[in-house]
Amino acid sequence: MTNKTTPYAIELRDISKRFGAVQANKDICLQVPAGSIHGIIGENGAGKSTLMSIIYGFYEADAGFIEVDGQRVGIHSSQDAINAGIGMVHQHFMLVENFTVLENVILGAEGGALLKGGIDAARVELQRLAEEYSLDIDVDAIVEELPVGLQQRVEILKALYRGARILILDEPTGVLTPQEADHLFRILKALKEQGVTVLLITHKLREIMASTDNVSVMRQGQMVAHRETVNTNKEELAELMVGKKVRLTVNKDDATPSDVLLSAKALSQFDEQGVKRLKDVNLELRAGEIVGIAGVSGNGQSELLNVLSGIESMSEGEIHIAGEVITAQNPKNAAQMRDLKMAHVPEDRHKMGLVTGFEAYEAAVLGYHNSETYNGKVIMHRKVMIDECKERMAAWDVRPPNPHLKTANFSGGNQQKIVIAREVEQNPDILLIGQPTRGVDIGAIENIHEQIVKLRDAGKAILLVSVELDEIMALSDRIIVMFDGAVVGELDAKDADERTLGLMMANAYNEEQEGESA
Amino acid sequence: MSQAKVPAWVNIALIPFLNIMLAFIVSGLVILAIGENPLEAAGYLIYGAFGYDEGVGYTLYYATNLIFTGLAVSVAFKGGLFNIGGEGQAYIGGLGVGLVCLAFDQTMPFYIIAPLAIIGAAAFGAGWAYIPAYLQARRGSHIVITTIMFNFIASSLMVYLIVNWLKEDGRMAANSRTFEESAWMPYLHEMLSPLGIDIGTSPLNFAFILALIFCVLVWGLLWHTRWGYQLRTLGTSPSAAQYAGIDTAKVTIWAMMISGGLAGFVGINEIMGVNHSLLLNFTAGYGFAGIAVSLMGRNHPIGIIMAAVLFGALYQGGSELAFEIPTITPEIVVVIQGLVILFSGALEHMFKDRIEGFFIRRAVA
Amino acid sequence: MFETLILMLDATMRVSTPLIFAALAGLFSERAGIVDIGLEGKILGSAFAAAAAASIFGSAWIGLFFGIAASISLAMIHGFACITHRGDHIVSGVAINTIVAGLTVTLSMYWFGMGGQTPTLSGDERFLSITFPFADALADVPVIGLIYSELLSGHNLLVYLAFAMVPFTYWVIYKTRFGLRLRAVGENPHAVDTAGISVAFLRYRALIICGILCGIAGAYLSTAHNAGFLKDMSAGKGYMALAALIFGKWRPVPVLLACLLFGFLDAVAIRMQGVVIPGIGEVPVQAIEVLPYVLTVLLLAGFIGKAIGPKAVGRPYVKERA
Repeated sequence: MTNKTTPYAIELRDISKRFGAVQANKDICLQVPAGSIHGIIGENGAGKSTLMSIIYGFYEADAGFIEVDGQRVGIHSSQDAINAGIGMVHQHFMLVENFTVLENVILGAEGGALLKGGIDAARVELQRLAEEYSLDIDVDAIVEELPVGLQQRVEILKALYRGARILILDEPTGVLTPQEADHLFRILKALKEQGVTVLLITHKLREIMASTDNVSVMRQGQMVAHRETVNTNKEELAELMVGKKVRLTVNKDDATPSDVLLSAKALSQFDEQGVKRLKDVNLELRAGEIVGIAGVSGNGQSELLNVLSGIESMSEGEIHIAGEVITAQNPKNAAQMRDLKMAHVPEDRHKMGLVTGFEAYEAAVLGYHNSETYNGKVIMHRKVMIDECKERMAAWDVRPPNPHLKTANFSGGNQQKIVIAREVEQNPDILLIGQPTRGVDIGAIENIHEQIVKLRDAGKAILLVSVELDEIMALSDRIIVMFDGAVVGELDAKDADERTLGLMMANAYNEEQEGESA
Repeated sequence: MSQAKVPAWVNIALIPFLNIMLAFIVSGLVILAIGENPLEAAGYLIYGAFGYDEGVGYTLYYATNLIFTGLAVSVAFKGGLFNIGGEGQAYIGGLGVGLVCLAFDQTMPFYIIAPLAIIGAAAFGAGWAYIPAYLQARRGSHIVITTIMFNFIASSLMVYLIVNWLKEDGRMAANSRTFEESAWMPYLHEMLSPLGIDIGTSPLNFAFILALIFCVLVWGLLWHTRWGYQLRTLGTSPSAAQYAGIDTAKVTIWAMMISGGLAGFVGINEIMGVNHSLLLNFTAGYGFAGIAVSLMGRNHPIGIIMAAVLFGALYQGGSELAFEIPTITPEIVVVIQGLVILFSGALEHMFKDRIEGFFIRRAVA
Repeated sequence: MFETLILMLDATMRVSTPLIFAALAGLFSERAGIVDIGLEGKILGSAFAAAAAASIFGSAWIGLFFGIAASISLAMIHGFACITHRGDHIVSGVAINTIVAGLTVTLSMYWFGMGGQTPTLSGDERFLSITFPFADALADVPVIGLIYSELLSGHNLLVYLAFAMVPFTYWVIYKTRFGLRLRAVGENPHAVDTAGISVAFLRYRALIICGILCGIAGAYLSTAHNAGFLKDMSAGKGYMALAALIFGKWRPVPVLLACLLFGFLDAVAIRMQGVVIPGIGEVPVQAIEVLPYVLTVLLLAGFIGKAIGPKAVGRPYVKERA
């Protein structure tokens, strides 16, 4: 019937998925041999998570189909995926936090209308699974009281309890300590030995190299390469991941940095769960230079911007700015930071930079709405705001130059120009810029880049955060690489190339160096 | 982004129109179901509300209360808060009015009492809203639940105060004594008759003018002051408010206090304008009706005036209707009100998503 | 003194009954993640439907059936708005309460020609008191006799049903598959969805149960506790049940205790009317009436313990783009 001796555990054929105008997945093919660990890497937004959501029945593909063990399966819901023996460990755990481990594990697989029998059976089964895969856990513990690593174990147990033979893990180490991560990989190896097929989604090259049998690379919604892990290396993967993009060029002279305008000392921040999101970050920002922060998104860049700009408070450390020392005990909010001549172009212009229901002239004063320029004793000077908005729209070539249009109705590039114009025209000393060209059309990118360089030449200190490596390399005078909330490297922009940065961003650079020197 | 290609009139006019029509159609079906002719009923209703001077007067008198509570709901709503406590705030606001009137009506002239009563209404209404606002902003309790509880607390408090302290000795009814005329809001028909204008006798009083003035003030406050700017930012995008360095707790508390103060003005219309004494249950559901008014008026003073007049017309026309067709009770108006809340509030996405989708597809094609 | 206490407890049971049904109804709804301030409207709607049907068909049981049916219909409107169309739970609840307040009066006028009333019910049209065996004979036995004959005996069927509903609810919520899923969907609907369970279907079923229980609460008011429907006869019981639900921290047994406490306060308030306590003077009835609301506010604000509701309550469930 078939000439395949051993069918693939899972095979994807020409999967495509579109969200509105965004082609999230295009003609994806993937073959995963049974009992192997298969890595899938790619930058943020490459389409990995969408693809896995399709396999797990969370979305339906627009085109293409899925085969499990050589049989074509229709996966229309998570239940179908579970029935096909697919389990998933989500990046954000799908656990009911005030339930016990046992209750979480049996949810959806209770084995009868009454819980009693199911719970007892699950207790026995979990005991067996725990021994088989060294997945020890107190099954009566409340999930929210467990450390993150153990919560993840519950997710794995959930999948195994449902008889999953194919396990998808989405960025599983993002929330783990290195020790917990090591333990996870030992578990995955044990699973593999028992014949479980593992799909590991990550952007960390070290993990791919250390634990997978095969690796597939995604870029911009497409599958661009498949490799056997033994036949590839980090450099090749980093390059495949980033791609050979058209080099952006920005005309600029060498920087002439002068005074330190901002310095952060051992800056740390814990999130609500007590996870340290920002780890002892030290950095200095001088007048007349652009410092670029490179990193895969979610490695602490957003937290850094939020803490520096006063949107969120720090947990530990100090910020020195304009002769003041800001600490956790002596915090300043975003408005107070603006008074210290710091401006901030936020990463997410829809959620923060603009109020999308506002007319352009209103959004053009956000954060400066208390300024004397715009206010009389009681009434805001609407006319002043509108006239100023018109002037800026002309100066920054915002189209259409209509101060009364709702900000939601401008294109991404023009929205961004409204935000950047607002922040820059305040003539700040320090400018924080997050993702200046995200969702911005090509024409506008050049214009925005030129403006940023012009500001540097005017003696401003600029901190640039971007997930676009090109942008970082084209604009920065100095590049700082962040990984897992910490600064893991700093280099002069002239010495930076994609390979080095790619390795640093995956936290593999130092090991590489050590390996070479050994 | 989905708004990109939807013409403005769709959201401002078409969707509210469809929602109100749907509410009317369902109410028509109810009338049909009880064996009456909906068109005939509508005829009586419109005649009762607008067909003669007194009717118009009553319509606008009801609308006065609804403008105040509609404004109250919408100011809170602009800041992303659901103030369901308008009823209690109006009640306590009325207490403020009543106390001022009882204290000064025998010694002071109207032009001193009136401003004091307005301040009393605002201060008491705002004060009653302050506690839930504080608890939400600083202690994280849910404003909706707290304001509901405060409606009941207000109700009991008023019964206690009126029955035990303010009731006129020797009277059965739970009323305070009737104020001297120096504490009466002038009726509009009395104000206008010296000018030779006859508008028919009705409870419509100066509070209506006050309501219109407050529409302008609220409009100015929301769209032309920096406080309004901060409120609208907070209501539309809490993350943008944080980015802008807005003190969200402070804005929340003030929004609720202004909301409560506005609701308190119902007392000016009812206590000072019509009843001339402090009595039980004068709020008669206006606080809740304000939710329908503000939803239908899309939280804009002009929309609120239109919606309030419409509901005022329903109240007044409903009485006329009940008189002409005894099988229909005035409560049919409450049904319509509920249906408006259902269709333009709870089911807003039902039409909106489809209609906007239609226009987006058409624009793309 | 002892007899007074027994009589007050006896009254407490009667007054608490609709609160218990409604609060348990709210428990099913809110545990599934749907805020329900429409308890009030459902009780009122059911009270009317039950009294009307009982009057027309001459049977309290048929009344109960129609009461439940009316209440479920309202719950389904709430579900249609909140689950299917992701509408605001509070707005939908206000809408339902308002519609019912108007519709009951309108319909009673049409059917019975009485503004906001139904004809007085009697005999089989009502749920009558059940006297336990030997209740009269034992009445004179000290202590136990009074407890047996006054407190335990002599209530109608629905009162006993209300108390029986508490362990039943406990069993459903904590011991069945449905209960596990219900609790899960109110905490983290994403976890339920990824476990292959339909969030919408689960929530609709919770609302049906909510409808049934509110239906019984309403029928109790008009066909058991009273003899017919009166305009606005729910008189805030739905809101008080909501307060009891919060006060009982969304758990069946504490919710029962909260209902009993609130019912007891009501009985006390009636007893205390005009009573002068030495040293304190006359305690205003309103001060006692208002206690349930004040206590709930204090609890919500974290001044006495902490009330933490189901985490996902009130939030429409939308599948997120990964």
